[in-house]
Amino acid sequence: MPLSALLLIAFRSVTNRRVTALLTVFSIALSVTLFLGVEKIRSGAQTGFSNTVSGTDLIVGARSGALNLLLYSVFRIGDATNNVTWDSYEDIASRSEVAWAVPISLGDSHRGFRVMGTTEAYFDHYRTGDKQKLQFAAGQRFEDLFDVVLGSDVASELAYGLGEEIVIAHGIGSVSFAKHDNLPFRVVGILERTGTPLDRTLHVKLEGIEAIHLGWSGGAAPIGSRAPSAADVRATDLEPTSVTAVFLGLRSRIAILTLQRDINTYNEEALMAIIPGVALTQLWDVVGVAETALSAIATFVILTGLLGLMTNVLTSLNERRREMAILRSVGAGASHVALLLVSESAFLASAGALLGLCLVQVLLAVAGPIVVEATGVFVGGPSITSFDLITVGAVIGFAAVLAAFPAWRAYRQSLSDGLTIRV
Amino acid sequence: MADNAVVIKDLAFSWNGGAPLLDIADLRIDRGERVFLHGPSGSGKSTLLGLFGGVLLPGAGALCVLGQDLASLGGRARDRFRADHLGIIFQMFNLLPYLSVRDNVALSCRFSPVRATRAEEAGGVDIETDRLLKNLGLPDEAMERPVTDLSVGQQQRVAVARALIGQPELIIADEPTSALDADHRNIFIDLLSAECAESGATLVFVSHDLSLAKNFDRTVALAEINRADMKEAI
Repeated sequence: MPLSALLLIAFRSVTNRRVTALLTVFSIALSVTLFLGVEKIRSGAQTGFSNTVSGTDLIVGARSGALNLLLYSVFRIGDATNNVTWDSYEDIASRSEVAWAVPISLGDSHRGFRVMGTTEAYFDHYRTGDKQKLQFAAGQRFEDLFDVVLGSDVASELAYGLGEEIVIAHGIGSVSFAKHDNLPFRVVGILERTGTPLDRTLHVKLEGIEAIHLGWSGGAAPIGSRAPSAADVRATDLEPTSVTAVFLGLRSRIAILTLQRDINTYNEEALMAIIPGVALTQLWDVVGVAETALSAIATFVILTGLLGLMTNVLTSLNERRREMAILRSVGAGASHVALLLVSESAFLASAGALLGLCLVQVLLAVAGPIVVEATGVFVGGPSITSFDLITVGAVIGFAAVLAAFPAWRAYRQSLSDGLTIRV
Repeated sequence: MADNAVVIKDLAFSWNGGAPLLDIADLRIDRGERVFLHGPSGSGKSTLLGLFGGVLLPGAGALCVLGQDLASLGGRARDRFRADHLGIIFQMFNLLPYLSVRDNVALSCRFSPVRATRAEEAGGVDIETDRLLKNLGLPDEAMERPVTDLSVGQQQRVAVARALIGQPELIIADEPTSALDADHRNIFIDLLSAECAESGATLVFVSHDLSLAKNFDRTVALAEINRADMKEAI
């Protein structure tokens, strides 16, 4: 009998038992979804992490932990415990080995997106991915005190265009009652998408951050007539007294370790400097433990799904003795019967694995943006990698191998049943 | 010997070296003969059918079906032999529930290129199927229904068509009428006999119901020719 005809019979037989077949397919699909999802989040997060900052030799902040500094300065996760004074910043920035220094100031937000005060040098020196410079999708850098440059997600999610007037809120909650509404900002530029937390950031001048906090004391807004007008603000000296962190680029990479030690032992203020690459590795080590545990769980879930498939085929054997006897009577050999079961398992596993692959893509498309919003970690969009295809192939192959057991049982059964129909 | 459909000489069979289940000194069935094989349940007739079909092999003695010594063939060749030369009809549940009436009949041709070729020569598998089912009295509307919706009698007719298509030389019917009432039983046997006569096939009809024996050329009582002590085997 030609293989295609036998496969057709296997297919018809499976669809005849469609309820259990569908359940089996779904359980395999879900297990494959979990397995591939874990891997996608892992590799997506890893690339996302390492793409977030490049070209920066040191990040300087108040002395706390290396991970903490990395998280709040680069990923906008958590808050600084303390600031870097403007004097210390100027001192470090003026050192001979420092090629450039970009101060940043965090702490305010706009509708859930972080607002970052910085200098124009930020657009010259900050790099993402493989040393990619920041590109403008529209408009230009900020020049005026009340100019703001949006990350691409901010612009697209809030549907802001150039010229839009926005009000910055005090603090970082998505709903804030203290607003700097006396001094609105105007959108002058929108950045190209980078796939990093930068897309979810609003960039203003460092002096802009100072300006909107004029007259504020202890986190409380100035009352009534004491709220300064834009004209008042422009007349004031807006040199900041402190910043949140400083990105440094050095003239020579050889100086990195020396400067790092100097900053870590800085006498005037409790500061620390981290090398982004090293801190990223540390961060990844921490996340890696959870990731390994998740991968192990996902592997076991796949095995459970495949064992379920085998159980399903095994339990169906008894009710299918009749079917086997009929096929034997018209000339099917015991090997045909075995092949029937193996192809049935492979068919169910293929359907499940491919469905799982599709589910992962849908999940990434739907849940990816939500994960970014909640964690600042970019997990990557829908994509089919060679890892996915290998996984799908392995699931199908393993299912076919596992089916050897029911197939052997059916073979023995068909030999002992002979040409009798047992019901 | 080639004139015989079945020749058994000193055949013995037992399961895994246990007590002998079958021990038959001599049995000959001529080609074209219609034989009633009488055997009460437990008389070893299912085993005998398994031997005819080449699914089981005798422990000792000779079994020739259509001139072919089955023991000399390998497993695959015996399966092929069964597909090409035998038509088998069971007591009930003859049909694969997920195939249509036509596909169930055509199943025989799928496993046997020989029978497929013969059906093609007779005008094509579909035309042969329709002809056989019409001769067997299956109503046209039943052809299009799912096989699970057919009555038992209709299902058995479809099973006969499957056994006959492609003109196999030996038809074995294992209690095919036990689920039918008396009237239908006789009509069914008449149709089966007529179709076998038309295609020149040998018919071995197995039943415990002796009242059916009058419809056949010859009656063979398994209990008489089997020398094995069946009490032990049951």
